[in-house]
Amino acid sequence: MADRQYELVYILPPDVTEQQAAELHEQIEQVVSRMHGRLEKTENWGRKRLAYEIARQKEGVYVLEVIDGSGDLMKELDRRLRVMDIVIRHMVVRVDREKSVVERTRTRRSAESARRRVRRGLPPQRQPGEGRPAGDHEEMDDDRFEGTEA
Amino acid sequence: MAFGQGRSGGRGRDRKPSDKEKGQRRTLFRRRKVCKFCADKIDDINYKDVKLIGPFVPERGKILPRRISGTCAMHQRKLQTAIKRARQIALIPYVTD
Repeated sequence: MADRQYELVYILPPDVTEQQAAELHEQIEQVVSRMHGRLEKTENWGRKRLAYEIARQKEGVYVLEVIDGSGDLMKELDRRLRVMDIVIRHMVVRVDREKSVVERTRTRRSAESARRRVRRGLPPQRQPGEGRPAGDHEEMDDDRFEGTEA
Repeated sequence: MAFGQGRSGGRGRDRKPSDKEKGQRRTLFRRRKVCKFCADKIDDINYKDVKLIGPFVPERGKILPRRISGTCAMHQRKLQTAIKRARQIALIPYVTD
């Protein structure tokens, strides 16, 4: 059951003290290590406007934690966060599968393009200054009518 | 006057030349819609990336349908889960009125 990766996002009210936030982080860390998980990354997004009111707040402090661990660990974390008053919203998302899919399509695409370029007798990677500059490809399809209609 | 000769930059893609010969009104033509994610080669549609998702959620807060945005089926599906996740953590509204 290892090898799973989850993302946990939680929102705290905008008036939390640094200390409260740190305490909560500590608690999460403890649960993770107790249940043989690993805290891979923590990101503090800081204060952000909420798209809708939660617990009569219009702003919130967002924190993202990337955690490697089992489903039971996330269940436990979910349960704990649910009872905590200081957390006004949280969400757990499993990300390992999607991540590997994204990686696979990316490598497949670059391999494919390299193969085709080699077949055309070009170096496998795109050289600087080659091809159309980004952003103006939309204009080229649309001028079918010019000159024909009078 | 021969039709189809004066076309500028005759770079491939002759879709339905017959339509043109019948002299359809110009106003019927719209730009061909292309899936933004296919065109820009964006593999990862992530719920955290509000800048990417934002244009697909108009003012009212609904998800922009495929027939309008031109997104392909696969990417619309991914977009859908991303938008729903972003809504849960209040990055994007459920409704606005």
